Amino acid sequence: MSSTAPILELRDVHTQFAIRNAWGRQVGWLRAVDGVSLSVARGEILGVVGESGCGKTTLGKTIAGIHRAGSGRIWFEANEIGALTAGEGRALRRNLQYCYQDPGASLDPHWKIGRALEEPLVIHTSMPRAERRARVGEVLAAVGLPEGHLDLYPHEISGGQQRRIGLARILMLRPSLVVLDEPTSGLDVSVQATVLRLFLELRERFDLTYLFISHDLGVVRLVSQRIAVMYLGKVMECGDTAQVFAAPAHPYTQSLLAAVPVVGGRRVTETFLLEGEPPSPGALPSGCRFRTRCPLAAARCVAEEPALRVLADGRQAACHFAAS
Amino acid sequence: MSAWRRLLRDRSAMLGLAIIVALLLVAVFARPLANFPQDVTAYHPPNRLLPPGGRFWFGTDRMGGDIYSRLLFGARITILIAVVATSVSVLIGVAVGLVAGYYNNRVSDLLMRVSDVFLAVPQIVLAIAIAQTLGPAIQNVILALSVTYWPFWARLVYAETRSLRNEVFIEAAVALGASPLRVMALHVLPSIASSVIVRTTIGMGGTILVAAALGFLGLGPPPPSPEWGRMIAESRAFLPQAWWYAAAPGMAILLVVMGFNLLGDGLRDVLDPRLRRGGDAA
Amino acid sequence: MQPEQLLSDTLQSGSLLSVRDLSVSFTTEGGVAQVLDSVSLSLRAGEIMGLVGESGCGKTTLARSILGALPPNARMRGTALHFAGQDLLTLDPRVVADRVRGRAITFVPQDPFSAFNPLFTVGDQIMELLRWKSPDRPLREVGYRRARRRADRARALAMLRAVHLPDPERLLAKYPHELSGGQRQRVMIAMALLPEPKLVIADEPTTALDVTIQAQILKLLRTLANEHGASVLLTTHDLGTAWEICDRVTVMYAGQTLETAPIEAFVHRPMVPYTRLLLESLPSRNAALLGIPGDVPSLVSPPPGCRFHPRCPQASNACRAEHPALSEPDAGHFVRCHHPQLAPVEAVVG
Repeated sequence: MSSTAPILELRDVHTQFAIRNAWGRQVGWLRAVDGVSLSVARGEILGVVGESGCGKTTLGKTIAGIHRAGSGRIWFEANEIGALTAGEGRALRRNLQYCYQDPGASLDPHWKIGRALEEPLVIHTSMPRAERRARVGEVLAAVGLPEGHLDLYPHEISGGQQRRIGLARILMLRPSLVVLDEPTSGLDVSVQATVLRLFLELRERFDLTYLFISHDLGVVRLVSQRIAVMYLGKVMECGDTAQVFAAPAHPYTQSLLAAVPVVGGRRVTETFLLEGEPPSPGALPSGCRFRTRCPLAAARCVAEEPALRVLADGRQAACHFAAS
Repeated sequence: MSAWRRLLRDRSAMLGLAIIVALLLVAVFARPLANFPQDVTAYHPPNRLLPPGGRFWFGTDRMGGDIYSRLLFGARITILIAVVATSVSVLIGVAVGLVAGYYNNRVSDLLMRVSDVFLAVPQIVLAIAIAQTLGPAIQNVILALSVTYWPFWARLVYAETRSLRNEVFIEAAVALGASPLRVMALHVLPSIASSVIVRTTIGMGGTILVAAALGFLGLGPPPPSPEWGRMIAESRAFLPQAWWYAAAPGMAILLVVMGFNLLGDGLRDVLDPRLRRGGDAA
Repeated sequence: MQPEQLLSDTLQSGSLLSVRDLSVSFTTEGGVAQVLDSVSLSLRAGEIMGLVGESGCGKTTLARSILGALPPNARMRGTALHFAGQDLLTLDPRVVADRVRGRAITFVPQDPFSAFNPLFTVGDQIMELLRWKSPDRPLREVGYRRARRRADRARALAMLRAVHLPDPERLLAKYPHELSGGQRQRVMIAMALLPEPKLVIADEPTTALDVTIQAQILKLLRTLANEHGASVLLTTHDLGTAWEICDRVTVMYAGQTLETAPIEAFVHRPMVPYTRLLLESLPSRNAALLGIPGDVPSLVSPPPGCRFHPRCPQASNACRAEHPALSEPDAGHFVRCHHPQLAPVEAVVG
């Protein structure tokens, strides 16, 4: 599963939101995505991890066109989509779909499931009815649900089934890239595995590429080949999953991994050292944004923001002290 | 759906529905039901101001016309005004509210400020001004009512659309590539339909009251039109002796407005809280 | 881990909290849901017990039952609900409301934001709590004496410092929405410890928090509970959380308790099939992506006997026929299962 050109490429993408005070006056910018560059190869699963406020969800939505990037460039399948209006972008973004954390919530409660599944085809194609029905049946079978569900309303089926329907809807247009936003968040551990397995099967069957956004490091480790770690709007480290987990280069990644409990292993509460909380995204520190909590912080970190540079083993890290 | 069954069990709502159905039937079958259908236009001075009894079930008016029969024909006017005025208001109001709520930009602000202006003036005062300028006629009443009533719906739909705009399924439809028109018409509208239906039903009652008020002030359809408000106005000179003259149309108005309100309340109880949740939540 | 005393149904001395055969049902539109089915639980003074289970297992309902905070459509039946030597089921509800709830037993909620009143400052809410639930409050009191108020305020500030909140004076003047999630949860913990309770019930206290904050909060909870001599009943669906600070763990499924064991034994030698499957589903051990097939049963018409039997690989007729009784295959390790597996599981794959 390899190809020469990446299916998705981002270069210095910024997405900002205006911060308004009680009177509606703008008092600052929330730089949710603050200069992110990365690329996704066709067929791979790139995990994007980080804690709340790191910008990973905004990044996913920006790529999907739900938010408009303030600046920077985005290429999808060799077409530049970053600068396009919503209308033009729609045609090119057809192959790029966004899956909500709870795909069931993306279903209109007043629409029957069959109709909801046909909607993407109605909007984007001019397929005749019979063909649409056939395609719906095919995808429905792929997610493992019976035909009878087509006549039901979302609230008449279980949460897990709603999730599958939501997924099926996204796959209607045969996308090539799917942005998965926190797909296992809130799920019981025993159900997580089933859902992950479904994602992998669908990827095989429909030749998909995934951008897997999650705060759950354990899950990301299981399914992604490469991983990007974000903090306050920037990528701190990016590289091969096994390498990053085995020997994280960036102090934030090290702290993050150290904070995750391991059942039966060392106890985080006895060994963990990272104190304090992330600074407010509306008021970022100068220089490196992690320096307020970093054990390695030095004068250089206050003055100069580290760029994401390539290390000896092919990984990228944004730190002045990352081992080369 | 079980929502309708619950409505059927609500006795006051069913009473309201019965009244409205009765009103419709009366309007349609006014001619066969009336004892003296000709009294809509003809008059019989010898019979004037007779109390209820005998042939004249509700008594007669100052022209000797049978009040009962005139009342039945008046129902037609009432329904016509209520239905047309409300429909026009709803159409304009919903359209304005949808667009203003969906797009959160200067145009929305402008639309809402315009509706604010209309809302700032008491509806009846504005209606009087318009009807006065244009002259007493049924179409002018309808126009006056439509022009003053649409902001209520615009406001309601605007608020609901704005909150709905942040719902996941709306955002998902947009992300899927649905055009704004499609999202508004096929996704937002069905979701807010229940609120609009409830408000419309109750609004009918209000419309009838204002129409009657306009008629009372002489701004409605001119005589000999059997409009209920006008009948009450005519009766003023003969009160309190000819009490039936005011009581009959007054009671008719009361009954009809009450009917719409009861049905509207019943609909609200049934539609609003349930539809939000969409059935059982796990 | 400390050696455990033998804990059987008859011997209750030494336990701070003892729940026996508690059943709770909710009357809903869809029918009567049997949310808890003869649940038994025992907690000793000073220990941290984890109540682990997936969605719908009843752990939150159990926590609420102990607290006496069930919704009006709930019916509770039980043999005993003993706390500090008193039977909460038979005690006067007013005494329970005044002296037990919020004082001897306190609560840390899952979502700290909705537990606060958004219209009042944090300080107002803490002082309100202390007005009624302060350990200094005399039994018969008239009004709120100034001396006590000052003492309470000092106590509040000291506790806020103990939970590592910077600048407590200024914090008291802030509104809940001005604090971050981690800060709010720290305040919640402070408020739970101020009345000097014997038992703190923490309902998924770190689920809504980031992993780096979670580590801090859990550590804090453990340290302070030990310092103040309070026991903790921690409900969670995350085994990692339980591993971090619990001394013993009880696992629940669909309203039934299945296994209770010291944490080490629980993780390395789980005996009940459900527990073993649960541990196998952890991402760190689950390269094959095995889950537990099937769905959680409806509580309105639950399966008879052991409620896990439709999904259990070891199920037999006995499991369908009868809800297993409590047995103790190993010291301090209690199970309710007809087919406990005694072989230890493989070591964790770090």
